[in-house]
Amino acid sequence: MRIVAENLSYVYSEKSKSLAVQALSGVSVTVESGEFFGIVGKTGSGKSTFVQHLNGLIKVGKDKGKLTVGDFDLTDKRCDYRALRSRVGMVFQYPEYQLFAETVREDVAFGLKNFMPDLGENDMEERIKTALELVGLDYEKIKDKSPFELSGGQKRRVAIAGVIVTRPEILVLDEPAAGLDPKGKREFIALLKRLHEKFVKTVIIVSHDMNLISENCDRAAVFSGGRIVAVGTPKEIFTDNEDILSDGLDLPLTAYVTKRLKEQGIDVNNDLTEEGFISAVALKYGGGK
Amino acid sequence: MALLEAENVSFSYDKKNMAVKNVSLSVDEGEYVAIIGHNGSGKSTLARLFNALLIPDSGKITVDGFCSSDKNALFEIRRRVGVVFQNPDNQLVASIVEDDVAFGPENLGVKREEIGERIEYALKAVGMEKFRKSSPTRLSGGQKQRIAIAGVLALKPGILVLDESTAMLDPQGRKEILEVVRKLNAEDRVTVIAITHYMEEVLHADKVFVVNDGGIAMQGTPAEIFRRAKEIKQMGLELPLAAYIAEKLRQRGVPVPEGIMTEEELAEALCVLLPKI
Amino acid sequence: MKDVTFGQYYPSHSFVHKMDPRVKILAAIAYIVAVFLVQSYHFVGFAACLLFVLITTAAAKVPFFRVLSSIKAILFFVFLSAVLQLFFHKGGTPLWEGGFITDEGLLSAGFIVARIFLVVLGASLLTLTTSPVELADGIESLLTPLKWIKFPVHEFALIMSIALRFIPTLLDETDRIVKAQKARGADFESGNVFKRAKALIPVLIPLLISSFRRADELADAMDARCYAGSKHRTKYKRMVPTYRDLIGVLVMAALITGVVLINTMLPF
Repeated sequence: MRIVAENLSYVYSEKSKSLAVQALSGVSVTVESGEFFGIVGKTGSGKSTFVQHLNGLIKVGKDKGKLTVGDFDLTDKRCDYRALRSRVGMVFQYPEYQLFAETVREDVAFGLKNFMPDLGENDMEERIKTALELVGLDYEKIKDKSPFELSGGQKRRVAIAGVIVTRPEILVLDEPAAGLDPKGKREFIALLKRLHEKFVKTVIIVSHDMNLISENCDRAAVFSGGRIVAVGTPKEIFTDNEDILSDGLDLPLTAYVTKRLKEQGIDVNNDLTEEGFISAVALKYGGGK
Repeated sequence: MALLEAENVSFSYDKKNMAVKNVSLSVDEGEYVAIIGHNGSGKSTLARLFNALLIPDSGKITVDGFCSSDKNALFEIRRRVGVVFQNPDNQLVASIVEDDVAFGPENLGVKREEIGERIEYALKAVGMEKFRKSSPTRLSGGQKQRIAIAGVLALKPGILVLDESTAMLDPQGRKEILEVVRKLNAEDRVTVIAITHYMEEVLHADKVFVVNDGGIAMQGTPAEIFRRAKEIKQMGLELPLAAYIAEKLRQRGVPVPEGIMTEEELAEALCVLLPKI
Repeated sequence: MKDVTFGQYYPSHSFVHKMDPRVKILAAIAYIVAVFLVQSYHFVGFAACLLFVLITTAAAKVPFFRVLSSIKAILFFVFLSAVLQLFFHKGGTPLWEGGFITDEGLLSAGFIVARIFLVVLGASLLTLTTSPVELADGIESLLTPLKWIKFPVHEFALIMSIALRFIPTLLDETDRIVKAQKARGADFESGNVFKRAKALIPVLIPLLISSFRRADELADAMDARCYAGSKHRTKYKRMVPTYRDLIGVLVMAALITGVVLINTMLPF
């Protein structure tokens, strides 16, 4: 499913003059099916507002632009949001705080029962099992446990299983690595990559972590003041883009060093992933000897 | 004598699993000490032991001559060791900034006029004096956390403990807090104990303790610690990205010098090494 | 959601805002008493109360529509009371042949509506001009005499002010959890009352758990800041009545006297 936003705008508390906040103004962007797409920007830049449009949690206002997700036209009043939400999974920040059921199995089944009430017992169990295994948990061991007795990392995985259990085509994650330690973060990103390869077509990540974006994303969009100020591959958006710097955002480390070297007349052209950067530097060094 | 001293401290929440095992460490006045470890390593328990929110099962903690196992010393310790916690939303008690900062001194029974002065000092120290009459709910995460620091500073503690105080903030907020804390350490001579799992945040420390499995696994200057990359990784931690990439480059035959920790240092080292054009 | 503030405090530096919260609370109580003192059919008494509201609103520099908007929330309740009065009032002449609505019923319905409106207007003026913190402080101070009967006044006030402090935080959190469960297909809008109540479980449980977590962390943070109950505790905020409060008290006295005079002097 392809996402096409055209001139999308949104105002919070539009009716009240004193409280009205223009959260999005004229956002146009296309996310192709199959992409690992990043969304960066400072707090309050509109990125969360934007992604909440994608599954209709925030509805597109009248005369506020166009948005289509696959065949779903979100500007159309008759849009089937239930169907849409089962296709576009959304994982919020600290998703472990949404767990509520008595057992892990129950909690993961929640979305399934909501979206597919007619699903048979066996199919349902099969899907729950797949979802838990995909996030790296042992179905047999964990299914009857209370989600509240798990560790922080396990809780987060259960929460994600509860979203992917409906087999969405698009998975949106808001700051998925927040609060994890370095090891937890590394494992978590690996999990997302695995999901993207095998299970979910499109992954959209909202993050402050520029290194995470440049390392993992095919393309990314930079939000600032409710607008998209840059969109493209990490290399495109993080090279020669003073807009990003002036907005107080950091560059990924690879982009920063590449830029500094270029200022000194040293060109290490690379795609800004760690591996790409290291290879380019090694090659340059070898070539100079 | 050290300002804060832990001697063979052990602690368990449930009398079965030890959260802190036989930890000994000392912090001198004016130092910037970092304690680093993965989630669940026992580092946050240490913060609570330092200011007598928890009392050691065995061993002892002394602050400025007061022992935390002595019940009468409880408040003497807490007023000397201020702790800022992780979630900025869960440590502010009042709906107005100045009322919140006043909370600590009020508890100590400080005179009204002096509370006013302390509020002024504390808010200025964290650069939030303009928000004295504001409501914390409208502030950003970094600003809220600065108010939380001010609330602790108003107790005039000699030691400021930051228990993962940057973990829930965005990069902007994290920078704000680190700047404020470094300034407090350098200019106001506040002793800082920063507990974190971000390697980037230990770079400015005088001394680093690596906590693993409830015990202290390593200690030394940041440079000394970062030289032991393999052990660090085994403990679920990671080098700062710049140090990690420098290490990888060395493996590929690029002779980047040891001890690189920041992106600036990496850029400068490569400028020297790589041929122009 | 962030902008939902409890009691809709309208910040300003007006005369009324600067008054001692204790005086304002007492004045609000006196005002409500005045409204209830107005006897049936003495609409002049209501006019006096309304005049008082208008003057206070002007002195408070609060836009009048802000004061009025507080009525919206109770409109249904007012309507219900009026209808009940209309239908069940006994006595008086029917308005039309064989009708059950009488002239007295109509009057008494109008009377009830006026009374509720005036009470709500006055109460909302109090919350519009007094921040929740001041209210809590004022109530604490007014309750101080209860310390004699061992009522935990300080703890009560602290609980109140912490509750006020956490309302916006919890509203935010509710918003987040509702969205997260909606994204998992939760439906809060359709079905009968029971179905809707059941649909709230996936919101209420996480909210409850997070409230406990917050309470735990807050308790730690308070301990860390040397909290030890009200013993030896000083207070930074001090309430000192000024000339404004004297004027307030005089105006209130005038209003009550006026209402009582109207009650006794006017015919009917």
